[in-house]
Amino acid sequence: MKFFTYLLVMAGITYLIRMVPLVLVKEKIKNRYILSFLYYIPYAVLSAMTVPGIFYATSSPVSASVGFLAALILAYFGKSLLTVAALSSVAVFIAEAVMKLI
Amino acid sequence: MNNIKKRSLFLQGLIDGLPICFGYLSVAFAFGISAVGSGLSALEALLISMTNVTSAGQVAGIGIIAAGGSLIEMAVSQIGINLRYALMSVSLSQKLGKSIRLFDRFIIAFVNTDEVFGVASGKSGNVERSYMYGLIIPPYIGWSIGTITGALAGNILPASVTSALGIAVYGMFVAIVMPKAKAEHPVAICALAAIVLSCAFKYLPVLSSVPGGFSVIICAVVASAVFAFVAPIKQNEEDER
Repeated sequence: MKFFTYLLVMAGITYLIRMVPLVLVKEKIKNRYILSFLYYIPYAVLSAMTVPGIFYATSSPVSASVGFLAALILAYFGKSLLTVAALSSVAVFIAEAVMKLI
Repeated sequence: MNNIKKRSLFLQGLIDGLPICFGYLSVAFAFGISAVGSGLSALEALLISMTNVTSAGQVAGIGIIAAGGSLIEMAVSQIGINLRYALMSVSLSQKLGKSIRLFDRFIIAFVNTDEVFGVASGKSGNVERSYMYGLIIPPYIGWSIGTITGALAGNILPASVTSALGIAVYGMFVAIVMPKAKAEHPVAICALAAIVLSCAFKYLPVLSSVPGGFSVIICAVVASAVFAFVAPIKQNEEDER
């Protein structure tokens, strides 16, 4: 029973944080400064989460760097989300196999 | 909107959701393993994943459950780690097209993860109802299946595969930011600024004691606020949103 109390608090708070702003902000915002702020937010959030987090996402920062580099190059040449995600994983896999050999 | 258009939008959403699904399989797999390791049953691990749909918050949550922490502690940790979603939801609210009704917002909010938000933000113009439903289905399935598989059979995947899959969601983030950064220099510099800040929060003394959930918000808000001021978007970009 104790578990369900924890679950309710966890899930309830997580959902409210996501739901309240999405339901309340229904109008298109007109203020140019706020619009610009919201325009930059996704890229700033994703960048802050990716670096340095990506270096700790695999079993070694070296293989992660190889995967990161692969992702940067593939994304620069406009490859799709799926391609970039899959091939950077492959790059990590190969890098770790090579690291075991040497 | 006619049915064919709707179906193709839904399909496009599913396709865009697939890489998230693959990335989540491995992350949720790892979560399933650690949940069982900290004394939860496989079913409890699955319930947490199906009701929370967030990685960092869940990891912190099982830590508190395992330690027998208080509900206040649980609440505070969840708010701290997950507050960034409030920011994302405000941003996403400006992307939602006319076809999205109030009821849809309640559903979309439930699965508004970092990755779903990132992909939806990366689309040019508004996102419509069919697209959003297509987009959130694969991640939710991947998150749930990954968790139960990890909880029941943590050792079926070789460590090398789990490690390689660990980078998948980050690869996706790169694929979302890069095209925009390449096309618009202010976005590129703003992204770099956020990266410098986030590295400072990771490695510098004092700053590194700020919990991860808060530091992401601080980095993103500071970088975006500065760039909104020095490089406000042009009218045509506003129309596009």
